[in-house]
Amino acid sequence: MVEQTPLLSLLIWLPIIGGAALLLMRSADWARWAALGVSVAVFLLSLFLWTGFEGGTAAMQFVERVPWIESFDIDYHLGVDGISMPLMILTTFTTVLVVIAGWDVIRYKPAAYYAAFLIMEGVMLGVFAALDAILFYMFFEATLIPMFLIIGIWGGPARVYATIKFFIYTFLGSVMMLVALIYLGYQAGSFVITDLHDLELPLASQVLVFLAFLIAFAVKVPMWPVHTWLPDAHVEAPTGGSVILAALMLKIGGYGFLRFSLPIVPEASAQLDWLLIGLSLVAIVYVGLVAMVQDDMKKLIAYSSIAHMGFVTLGYFIIFRVVASQAEPEAGAMLALTGGAVQMISHGFVSAALFLCVGVLYDRLHSRRIDAYGGVAHRMPVFAGFFVLFAMANAGLPGTSGFVGEFMVILGSFQAGFWYAAIAGLTLILGAAYTLWMIKRVVYGEVANEEVAALADVNGRERLVLGALAVAVIGLGVWPGPLIDVMAPSLEQLFESATA
Amino acid sequence: MDIVYLLIPLAPLLGAIATGLFGGRLGWRLAHRVAIGAVAIATVLSFVVLWVHGLGDPAPYNKTLYQWLSIAGVDLEIGFLVDRLSAMMMAVVTFVSLMVHIYTIGYMADDHHNWPEGSGAGKNAYQRFFAYINLFTFAMLMLVMANNFLQLFFGWEAVGLVSYLLIGFWLNRPTAIFANLKAFLVNRVGDLGFLLGIGTVLAYFGSLDYAAVFESIEAGGGEATLTLFGTEMTAATLAAVLLFVGAMGKSAQVPLHVWLPDSMEGPTPISALIHAATMVTAGIFLVARMSPLYELSTPAQSLILVIGGITALFMGLVGLVQNDIKRVIAYSTLSQLGYMFVALGASAHAAGVYHLMTHAFFKALLFLGAGSVIIALHHRQDMREMGGLRRYLPVTYWTMLIGSLALIGTPFFAGFYSKDVIIEAVGLAAEHGRPGAGFAWFCVLAGVFVTAAYSFRLFFLVFHGQERMDAHTREHLHEPGWVVTVPLVLLAIPSALIGLVTVGPMVMGDWFAGSLTVGEQFQPLHHIAEHYHGPVSFAVHAFYNWGNPAFYLAAAGVFVAWLLYIRRPEWLVLVRERLSWPRLVLEYKYGFDEMYTGGFAAGGRGVGRALWRGADGWLIDGILVNGTARTVGRIAAGIRGVQSGYLFHYAFAMILGLLVLLTLFVGGWQGWWQA
Repeated sequence: MVEQTPLLSLLIWLPIIGGAALLLMRSADWARWAALGVSVAVFLLSLFLWTGFEGGTAAMQFVERVPWIESFDIDYHLGVDGISMPLMILTTFTTVLVVIAGWDVIRYKPAAYYAAFLIMEGVMLGVFAALDAILFYMFFEATLIPMFLIIGIWGGPARVYATIKFFIYTFLGSVMMLVALIYLGYQAGSFVITDLHDLELPLASQVLVFLAFLIAFAVKVPMWPVHTWLPDAHVEAPTGGSVILAALMLKIGGYGFLRFSLPIVPEASAQLDWLLIGLSLVAIVYVGLVAMVQDDMKKLIAYSSIAHMGFVTLGYFIIFRVVASQAEPEAGAMLALTGGAVQMISHGFVSAALFLCVGVLYDRLHSRRIDAYGGVAHRMPVFAGFFVLFAMANAGLPGTSGFVGEFMVILGSFQAGFWYAAIAGLTLILGAAYTLWMIKRVVYGEVANEEVAALADVNGRERLVLGALAVAVIGLGVWPGPLIDVMAPSLEQLFESATA
Repeated sequence: MDIVYLLIPLAPLLGAIATGLFGGRLGWRLAHRVAIGAVAIATVLSFVVLWVHGLGDPAPYNKTLYQWLSIAGVDLEIGFLVDRLSAMMMAVVTFVSLMVHIYTIGYMADDHHNWPEGSGAGKNAYQRFFAYINLFTFAMLMLVMANNFLQLFFGWEAVGLVSYLLIGFWLNRPTAIFANLKAFLVNRVGDLGFLLGIGTVLAYFGSLDYAAVFESIEAGGGEATLTLFGTEMTAATLAAVLLFVGAMGKSAQVPLHVWLPDSMEGPTPISALIHAATMVTAGIFLVARMSPLYELSTPAQSLILVIGGITALFMGLVGLVQNDIKRVIAYSTLSQLGYMFVALGASAHAAGVYHLMTHAFFKALLFLGAGSVIIALHHRQDMREMGGLRRYLPVTYWTMLIGSLALIGTPFFAGFYSKDVIIEAVGLAAEHGRPGAGFAWFCVLAGVFVTAAYSFRLFFLVFHGQERMDAHTREHLHEPGWVVTVPLVLLAIPSALIGLVTVGPMVMGDWFAGSLTVGEQFQPLHHIAEHYHGPVSFAVHAFYNWGNPAFYLAAAGVFVAWLLYIRRPEWLVLVRERLSWPRLVLEYKYGFDEMYTGGFAAGGRGVGRALWRGADGWLIDGILVNGTARTVGRIAAGIRGVQSGYLFHYAFAMILGLLVLLTLFVGGWQGWWQA
């Protein structure tokens, strides 16, 4: 079935093979440059997805299909639509940044470090491109391995507890999903995800499948109350690990809801929307309050991530309430649904940027504690500019990407009911409170101690990384139209099939 | 003409980018030239636009610049609506901004003293300041030129951002970085209301575009009802009230006023530009822009009357006991913003907007005058260390006298025309029976006395009486250079004369007819205009208008200030003793700050800590996660040696074990033992 260049396969396997090759390299310098070369090549290749993408259709594009395990009807089947394509570019973009950010920071086994990240990239791309349920599951599980190694080897002092917690949480979640996928496969007689969308299951089985998916994806997002692995994992992970974790791995959960839960079991989704909406609002308010009292910067940003991902799930599941309360629900529901999808991309940029900012500080002072800092702006004015910009994006300031998704979800939720929007809107206050209070204590004020007084401002490499993210954050905030246009047809179709 | 409209906001944006990103390379002199040049272009073009719209064709210019995003029939766009209301705002914003830009050269000339030795942030602070005020000008222009709610909110938040950055400009001062966080958060409370208001507009009027919303209003789109908080209300009322909550935040109305006095921590030029003349009037502009909506909702108008009235009187009272020269003016700003809201609540929109304009001139003048005093005294702001400055700062003295006379509503001065019309209009609204108007009328009238008292208390304390500064300061006292005095003079001229020249068409006439809508049922300004025979007779009338004794209240205020601060200072001591209790209430500013820091801030952190330690830590991690792990461990220990026979147990153990081994192999032993 391969008709043109197998672009998706190239994107997936180039970094995986490249990563494996890195393990054979003796020289750290060679490994670095090779990793940079591979990640940039993959990023540039992934841009062909954007340029070659046909707008205005919800159909899968760049499709590749080869029989794989024929006795079970499992195919090597890839393709992208408007939902997955932006996530793939986010993946390739973020990986380049992570490679540059680790350049002279990682001293311990750099070749293995870069190998882990490149393999991670390939596997993540596989998750987003897989159109066969079993293939998806393989990639989905495979993401755990490089992340487990990244935290376990290059992580902080309590990494054992963090990795085990991380692994058990996510593994238990995905086992349920495997059962559900096998069940669905037998029902549909096919493991093609788009075939599963056409299944019409009785409500009782839908609910069971929905719950199995929910456990798997809720852990990834993560949603309250299965979120406590994330702060621990972030705190122990090296900067690059945190970036990948926040910017990409969490998105698998959000992507799963869009690709599996909503289209495959729409009636159960509608039936149980109260649960998802409730948990999302809890994430936004409760976790926002928890973020406020953190004294570790990474924990604060981790909790902030959970709160922001609450907007993703809120946007996805509020659509049923909009349909229930509006005569013409399409505008409101599509605002919410698209807002959730945009929030995933934006959170990718903003959380990556914030973790990189913390990494910049950590590399110099070896502390993530807020009270170890103070008056950083006096010594690192350029860095302070970046940090404040990304903090504002995290607080959802218009003109930054952080605003777009939240704004759309709140406007959409309003059409489901005043209180949904009002509670979600509390993020305006909470998000600003925890982010800017941290900025006040870290960046502003008088120089806190001798160590801060000796800080050096960001170097060229760090400027490059943060500058690229700043462009992305402002670009998406000032003109989100092109991204929305890419996503809209697929989401439109999803909305119609989920609420039909 | 398209290019003209586009250039007006674009010039300061480009100036901000140039001075902000390349300030170090430009050097300070080139940086302020670029910044001032950019605002000068915007100012000239804004006056061209005012000329075209103000004197010629009143048809509005309404054009979309680009589509921000479009989804399922909802088009969110960036575009301009320029009618007489926005043209007036653009002229005021750019003119005051230009004055402040020029003045900044003098005020910030020796700014390096404000930074600690070797501070990187202090290195290009001068250029950064210009970048910020350029950026502010851009954002404020986008706000007033918007043709839809999205862009309005963009500008709204962007001016808030710049305000945050500038209040905390001297970021080594603990009070400054407390004040800017406070300002941002209090504004965010208002913004929540604003955002929900936008949600209401989209849900019930089907668009965020002004023109489409107004069409929908005319077609009866606001009459749908809904039940919230247990009461039934129309969509128009909900939208109007929620948008007003946003306006309360930005325009610092009780109880969201607490950030504005603290914002005085910022450099004085921005107190004049942002926290007096322009940004804080954004709320007034919003309500005026939405006049068709507010005319649909008497409850919202009553709320505006009451909130505005409370702010006008009670914030003015606090101004009486402040000793920091800037804080007095800040409380005065709060109070005057209250006056503007009262006008809007009384359906005298043109009068409210007109007071916005006159206030922009004389309040910017007063702040810049205060700044001139502060420069002369080497950055001391306590009025108890001033006195007798008249001799040393003649230009500042005379211009501030003009500003104060305008502020207290002296006949023939700008502030007289705008304030007197407001008082008359509220009186009519009370007669008309609009709920809340009677209370507001009392507040604005009593406020006239208070305004005069605090204004001339400040004036006498600073410029007359004993010279209370130390000898060293006195020796170096002199008026700052032309960059400071020229803006003072240029602002003093409109503060004195603009009312006389423009009150006829702008308030009594129908200059604003295309922008501001007043319902058929009650048109207070029409009633006032019926008895209007030119600006001079209107001013003369104030001396024998017994239904509106504002002039005599103001005179009484000045007299009391003169008596207590010049003629009989010993009586002041007596008054203070007798009135110790109310004085305490005023010095504590009614306790709002204590309530917010003790209640909301500490409460929020307390709840956060409880949820974190209690729910996340104890319940979820302690019992559910680790407890499950322990239980599984115990069961496993009990049945160890017995094979479970389940394939997935083995698979799970294998994968887990494989990973652990792999990690151990690659990671080495040492780290694991230490952990």
